[in-house]
Amino acid sequence: MLESVLVTIATAATPLLIAAIGELVVERSGVLNLGVEGMMVMGAVTGFGIAITTGSPWLGVFAAILVGAAFALLFGFLTLTLVTNQVATGLALTLLGLGVSGMIGEAFIGLPGVKMAPWVIPGLSDLPVVGRFLFAQAPLFYVSILLVIGVGYFLFRTRAGLTLRSVGDNHDSAHALGIRVIGVRYAAVLFGGACAGLAGAYLSLVYTPQWIENMTAGRGWIALALVVFASWRPWRVLAGAYLFGAVSIGQLHAQVIGVSVPSQLLSALPYLATIAVLVLISRNRRLTMVNTPACLGRPFVPAR
Amino acid sequence: MRLELVKRPQHSVLFSAVSPLIALLLTMIAGAIMFSVLGKNPLDALYYYFIDPLRETWSLHELAIKAAPLILIAVGLSVCFLSNNWNIGAEGQFIAGAVAGSILPVVLPDFQNWLVLPLMLVMGIAGGATYAAVPAFLKARFNTNEILTSLMLVYVAQLFLDWIVRGPWRDPGGMNFPETRDFHTFAVLPELMPSAGRANWGIIFAILAALCLWFILRRTRKGFEIRVLGQSPRAGRFAGFSSPRMIMLAFLISGGLAGLAGISEVAGAIGQLQPSISPGYGFTAIIVAFLGRLNPLGIVAAGFVLALSYLGGEAAQISLGLSDKAARAFQGMLLFFVLGCDTLIHYRIRFVGRAPRAREAIDHA
Repeated sequence: MLESVLVTIATAATPLLIAAIGELVVERSGVLNLGVEGMMVMGAVTGFGIAITTGSPWLGVFAAILVGAAFALLFGFLTLTLVTNQVATGLALTLLGLGVSGMIGEAFIGLPGVKMAPWVIPGLSDLPVVGRFLFAQAPLFYVSILLVIGVGYFLFRTRAGLTLRSVGDNHDSAHALGIRVIGVRYAAVLFGGACAGLAGAYLSLVYTPQWIENMTAGRGWIALALVVFASWRPWRVLAGAYLFGAVSIGQLHAQVIGVSVPSQLLSALPYLATIAVLVLISRNRRLTMVNTPACLGRPFVPAR
Repeated sequence: MRLELVKRPQHSVLFSAVSPLIALLLTMIAGAIMFSVLGKNPLDALYYYFIDPLRETWSLHELAIKAAPLILIAVGLSVCFLSNNWNIGAEGQFIAGAVAGSILPVVLPDFQNWLVLPLMLVMGIAGGATYAAVPAFLKARFNTNEILTSLMLVYVAQLFLDWIVRGPWRDPGGMNFPETRDFHTFAVLPELMPSAGRANWGIIFAILAALCLWFILRRTRKGFEIRVLGQSPRAGRFAGFSSPRMIMLAFLISGGLAGLAGISEVAGAIGQLQPSISPGYGFTAIIVAFLGRLNPLGIVAAGFVLALSYLGGEAAQISLGLSDKAARAFQGMLLFFVLGCDTLIHYRIRFVGRAPRAREAIDHA
C-alpha cells in the first residue's frame, strides 16, 4: 500500500518538478515567464503527436523539448529584445499555447497513446517500500532528479551559475562588469522552455498516455507557485513538488477508501493548497525579501 | 544584423493610435499563413472570420452578445492593470457572479415579480466582487502574489459550478441533465429588439460601464491616483495614496464587473446555469484590455473585434471545416502582436548592421 502510494505521488510530482526547476532558473536570471502552462501544454501535444506517428516515445520527448524551447524563444524575443511587459507576455504565451495545442490536438482526441516504459533497475527495485518508488520509474523520473542536482550544482557551485544569479539580482552591475545580460537571460528562458516542454511530454507519455484538451489543468501555474514556495532554491522545489504530488493524489486514495466528499472538492484541493501555501510563505516577508531575485520581472535596456 | 531599441524622448502619439491596428494586420497575415499550413484557402478563411459574421442582422446581434461580457470584464481589468494589479482570475469572478446572481431564480423560483432581475444583477456584482476580494485581501495584507491566487480561484470556481449544477441545484424535472431549472420570465434579461435578434441589455451595461470608467480614469482624482500608483508606487506613497486600498478598489471594481458579466450571460443568452457557461471570456478579456490599450473606449472597439473572432471561428468551422479551436490560437497570436507593437510607442527600433565589425576589419588591415 505505502509503496504504491509513493509511486503515484512520484508520477504526480515529476511534471511539477521538471517545470518548476526550469522556471526557477528563468526567475533566478531575473525573468518572470508566466507562460509555463502554455509551453507545457504544447510539449504535451507535441510529445503525444510525434510519439504516435513515429512510435517512439523518445522522439516525442525530444520534439516536446524543442517546441517548449521554441515557444520560450518567442517569449524571449518579446520580453528581452522588444522589452514588452513580462507578465502580459507570459499570459499571452499561455493563451497561445492553449489555443494552438487545442487546434493541433483535435486530431489526437481518443487515440491510444504510447506509454514510455519504465527503467527497472535489477536488484535495487526489489528493495522493500522504496524499491519501486526509486528504482522502477519512467526514465523522465530519473531525469527530474538529475535536473535538481544539476541545477543546484550549477547555480551555487559554478562560475556560470554565479553569473546567472548576478544578472537576476542586479542587471545594471552585471552589465557594467561586461556580462551580456540579455544573452544570459535568453539562455535561461530557453532552458525553462525546454523543461516545461519536457514536463508536458511526461504528462502525455507517462502520466496519462493520451491527449485531452487542456490536459495540463493548471500544473504550469502550480509550478510557478512552487518556485515561490521554494524561495528560489532547487532542493526546496523537490520537497514542494512531492508535497503537491501528495495533495493531488489524495483525491484518488480518498475515493478508494470511500470518503463521501464531492469529487469536485477533492479536485479543488491542489488549487486551494497552492493558495494556502503561498499565503504562508508570503507572510514571512524577510524570507521572501532575501530570496527573491531583486530584478525579477524588471526590463533591462542597456544604456548606450 | 540585430535589433536595437532607442528610447523616444516622448511616447509616440502616432504609434499609440496605430499600434493596435498594426497588430491586427500582422495577426491577419500570420493567420493567413496558419490557414494555408492547415490546407485551407487563407482568403476564404479570413473572409469567414472577419466579414461573414457582419453580413446579417441576427449575426450582428450575436456579436453584441459575445462582445458584452468581454467589454464588461475588460474595462474592469483595465483598472487593475493600470494600477499594476494583475487580476487574471476574471473567469472565476464571472462564474462567482453567475452563481450568486442565480440564487433567486433557482432557489426561490416562486418569488416572481419585477424586483427579481435588479436583485439578481446586484447579487451578481456582489458575488464577483466578493470573489475578487479574496486575492486582493491576500495581496494587501500578506503581499501574496495575486497572479497565482486569482488564477487558482478560477479552477476552484469552475469546480464549484460543476458541483452545484450536478448536485444541489440540479433541475428536479430536468431528466437528470446537469443544469438548473430554466429562469422564469421575471429573471430573464430582456432582449433589445426581439424581432431582429437575441441581443439583450448586456451590451448596454457594457457600454455604460465603459463610459463611466472612462470618465473616472480620465477626469477624476481617483483615476489619476490609479495611474500614479500603477506607474510608480513610490511616487504614489509620497503623494499620500494608499496602495493596499487601491489593491482592494481595483479588484472590487473588476470583480464586480466580471460578476455583472456573469449574471448577464446566464440571465440573458443562456437562461439557466450549466456546468460550463463561458468560452473563456475571462481570459479573452485580458486580450481585449490590451488591444484597447487599457482605455475603456478603446476596449469597446477591441471587445467587438474579439467577439468577431469567436463568431468567425464558428462560421469558419461550419463553412470550411476549420477547427473552432483555431479561434483561440488566433486570439493568442493577437495578444503577442499587440504587446510587440506597443514597443513602438516608447522605442524606436533600429537595425544595427555589421558596421562595428567592418571597422574592426579595417583596423586589422
